[in-house]
Formats: sequence, C-alpha cells, structure tokens
Amino acid sequence: MNDEPLVRWDWIARNWDNGGPSAIRTLLESHVVMALLPVVFGLLVALPLGVACARWRWLYQPTAGLMNVVYSLPSLVLFSIFLSVTGLTQSTVIIPLTLFTLAILIPAVVDGLRSVPEHVRQSAVAMGFRPLRRLLQVELPVAVPVVLGGLRVATVSSISLVSVGALIGQGGLGNLFIDGWQRQFPTPIVVGIVLIVLFAVLSDGLLVLAQRLLTPWSRARRSAA
Amino acid sequence: MITFEGVTKRYPDGTVAVDDLSLKAPTGAITVFVGPSGCGKTTSLRMINRMIDATSGRILLDDQDVRAIDPPTLRRGIGYVIQQAGLFPHRKIVDNVATVPYLLGWDKKKARARAMELLELVGLDSKLAGRYPFQLSGGQQQRVGVARALAADPPVLLMDEPFSAVDPIVRASLQDELLHLQSELHKTIVFVTHDIDEAIKLGDTVAVLRVGGRLAQMADPATLLSEPADDFVREFLGKDRGIRRLSFVPATGVRLGSAPTDLEVDEDTRPLGWRSNGGLLPYGTFNPERDSLRAALDAALLSPNGTAIAVDGDGRVIGVATRDALDEALTRQGTSPGERVSEPDREVPASDTRRAES
Repeated sequence: MNDEPLVRWDWIARNWDNGGPSAIRTLLESHVVMALLPVVFGLLVALPLGVACARWRWLYQPTAGLMNVVYSLPSLVLFSIFLSVTGLTQSTVIIPLTLFTLAILIPAVVDGLRSVPEHVRQSAVAMGFRPLRRLLQVELPVAVPVVLGGLRVATVSSISLVSVGALIGQGGLGNLFIDGWQRQFPTPIVVGIVLIVLFAVLSDGLLVLAQRLLTPWSRARRSAA
Repeated sequence: MITFEGVTKRYPDGTVAVDDLSLKAPTGAITVFVGPSGCGKTTSLRMINRMIDATSGRILLDDQDVRAIDPPTLRRGIGYVIQQAGLFPHRKIVDNVATVPYLLGWDKKKARARAMELLELVGLDSKLAGRYPFQLSGGQQQRVGVARALAADPPVLLMDEPFSAVDPIVRASLQDELLHLQSELHKTIVFVTHDIDEAIKLGDTVAVLRVGGRLAQMADPATLLSEPADDFVREFLGKDRGIRRLSFVPATGVRLGSAPTDLEVDEDTRPLGWRSNGGLLPYGTFNPERDSLRAALDAALLSPNGTAIAVDGDGRVIGVATRDALDEALTRQGTSPGERVSEPDREVPASDTRRAES
C-alpha cells in the first residue's frame, strides 16, 4: 500500500455504476434495503408487542429477557444460524437485524407508554375514552418522543450492522471492506466508510426532523424545562 | 341529584375505603367531600362516574343506578376536573377543551366553536387556544381543565382537588370564579378537597368524612361551624370557628348611625379617612346589603376609632356602625346559634375593605 493513494477517484468513477453486482451504487441500494427493512418490520412488530407488554406487566420480563439474550449474541452467530435456513440471500441479514431492532424498540414502546403521566391517563378515562381510542389518540401519541428515541438508536445500529453481513456475502457496502482488505487497496474501504456514515447521519437527521414535525409539544417542553 | 345508598368499597386486601356511605348531593348545588387523607373522599367521587366500582350499595344519578350505564357513555355525561388538570400534552388547548364533544361525534368546527366559547367563559384569552398545555401557567391549565369538563354541558361536575396544586392567590381566584360560574350554570357539583376552608367557602353542603370512609357529619357550612357533631369534626374544623361562622351571617341587621363629622368624604360621599390633627387615619368599610357580619367586624377593627363605615354598592357612605351596634348584632347572633342563613354570604371578608383602601 506504500505508493497507493488513500483514494483513487478513477476507481470510484469506474465502479460507481459498472452494471455488475459489485457496483458501488448496487451495494448502496442493497445496504439501504437491508438496513431499513428491519427497522420497519421491527417497528410494526414492536408496537403491538410493546403495547401488550405495557398492559400485561407479567409479559414484559420474559419478553425483555429473551430480547436481551438475542441482543447479546454476536450478529455473525445469528447470520450463521439463519444461513442454514434462508441461504445466501438478503433475508439472512434482514431477519436477524429485525430481531436486534425488536430488542431496542420493544423496551422503547413500553417505556414510552409508561412515560404517559398517570393524571393524563386518568383524565382520558374520566372523559369517556374507550380503551382502544385512548391508546391510539392519547397514550401512543404521548409516547412518540420516547419511541422515536429508540427508533434512532435502532436505525443507526442497523445501518452499521449490515456490514457484518459481508462475511456471508450479503453486506451491502460492507462488501467493499472485504474487497479492500483482500486486495490491500484502501479506496473501497474509504468509500464504504464514508457512504455508511453519510447514510447513518442522513437517516438520523430525517428522524430528528420527523420528531420535530410530529411532536412540537415535546420539543418545546424540553426547551422550556 | 346524586344519591349514595349504603355504598361500601372494600379492596381485595380487606382495606375498607368507603364504609356504608349514604348521602344526597342535591341538584344545582355544590356538595363538598372533605376529610383527611385515607377518608375515602376521592374513592367516593370516582364511584360516581365508575372510575371505581362500589363493592356494595347503589349510587343513583337522578333515578338511574350508575351501574346500569356503560362506563364511557356515563363518563361523557359527567364533567371531571382532576388535580393536575390532566390536560393532554400533545393537543392544543382548543382541542383539549373539545375532547368530549369530539368523543360524542360532533363535527370539528362545531366542537372547536364550543371550545372557544368555554375558554371565554372561564376567562382565558382566545390567543391561548392554539398553544400547548406546557405553555400555560398552572392556574391557566386548571381553568382549561374546568372548560374541558364543561364542554359538552354535562349536568353533573366532579372535581377532585382541582385547585390544590396552585399557589394560594391563584387558588382563591379560581374558587371565586367557580362560585361565579356556578351562579350562572347551576350544575350539580361534587367537589373533593382536604382543605376545610375551601370546603366552607365553596360548599352549599359539606360532608366531613373520617378515616375508614365513614360520614362524620353532613351540613351546610354555618351549621357545621356552630354545631360540629363530635370531637373529630370539631378538631378538623380547626380554630376560630366562631369568627369564621360570622361569614355566613348577613350584616343587614346591624344598626347604622349617621356619619360623624370627623369622617372625611369626597364630593360623591365616598370615604377618604378619619380626620385627626395629624391628617387622615385609615378606615374600613362594609356593604350591609352584601357583606357578612364578619366583614363588618373586620371593617371596625381596621378603623382606629373602632367604627365601621357602611357603604352602598357604589362605595358611598350610608352610615356607620359603632362598636355598640356591632356588639348588639353579635349578641343577637349568639342567642340564636341554630339560626339558618338561607343565602350564605360568600364575599371574602377582606376584599371589600381592601378595595376601599386602595
């Protein structure tokens, strides 16, 4: 690597969209899919599960315990387990990452619902809300800031973990790292890092923006406090 | 009319929160449940709108057993004001107030128009309608809470220590406004508090509850002060019962003399002070048509010469009450302890003198 410059722009230009499976653009697209689908699936599953855990307290401890066990497993171990089921496909990355997302989002939903002040819940009951409407119109909206906080962590962690999938050939931009190490060629590594960081920063920024638009009452409350 | 018939609430662990409570909260009047913590006053209140269900006994709303009504439907017909206001933090003030109309399926425009009316009724600036609850002071939030409870014009209003989380000055003004609203709206109000002074100020009827959820005494405030049923009630009422009771005795019977020459008045015959060689001395006034004997006595105590100045509604001097005249009124009062005051005088005794001095 002695005379090799850190970044060779001509390599980037040639490989950005070369039509093959290792084109940078293709890798970026698969990275986006493999990182964001688990967050979407995770949120869809975590909302009902979190609501159930908040309502039936006995359900929460075992669920949280199981999720913590899953979260403590190295991602590579999970990928290997699913490799035997789903083979060398994107699902082998998406399913484990969905589980990781759940481990972050279920507690976030539960904490969010618990953050609803008791007097707010009581007054909703006293006004004559039925349980489902109370959940949808009062409790979940008030829980949004806490849930979005969990969603930000889950999103960034998912974006970073996709790269590990490179070890089974499904790592999105992570594949660039393998390529770079094998060939002692730094350009792909730098491109991979920069794109992953940009993707993470952009996603997080969009979530912050969403939070401000969705919960003007919460942002203002924090600055007033 | 809300009727409790032998209502008991026993929890699974054996705790009895309310024990065989029977009472009537009359239509169009304020009934206050007061007592120390653990006396079951909030539990009793919440059994009315079925936030808690009674273990035995019945609660009738007019003639209907509340247990026969589906709880959400029942609750939409009963206004409820909670201690910390319980406003929804994510909804603007106007939408908070319109909560029950929305639940009842009113269209948004009509519900919001109604909410704006109510904000005005409780004395809130319409500019606050678009704000979020955290942007309001505690007193303003509590007013919104009252507006929200009144939004669908329910005949019954339940108030659970609504003013106990605000400072004393704001509390006093919220209490005065509640009385003012009630004089126009004539709701059937059940009001829970641990503050006996608040109970006496607001209640047409006061139910004193003791720990363990038993009714110690139920009476109008004047009777409560003059004839406490037992030591518990006497102790709970606290000091100065005699003086406080005078708040419920009108000052109409006080004999008035003509104004002495050392009372300085302006061209409209409003009092300016007592002449003395060093200038004008302070004075106190009362309005015999409106104020209580307590206010008259207070006015006398504020004047160095012990003479209270009687004024009319416009603040013009109509006479004076000497110590002797007040003494006669007090003596008459003392000889008829059981006398009922049909229309309790609710003026804050100090307010009139304060205004006159300013």
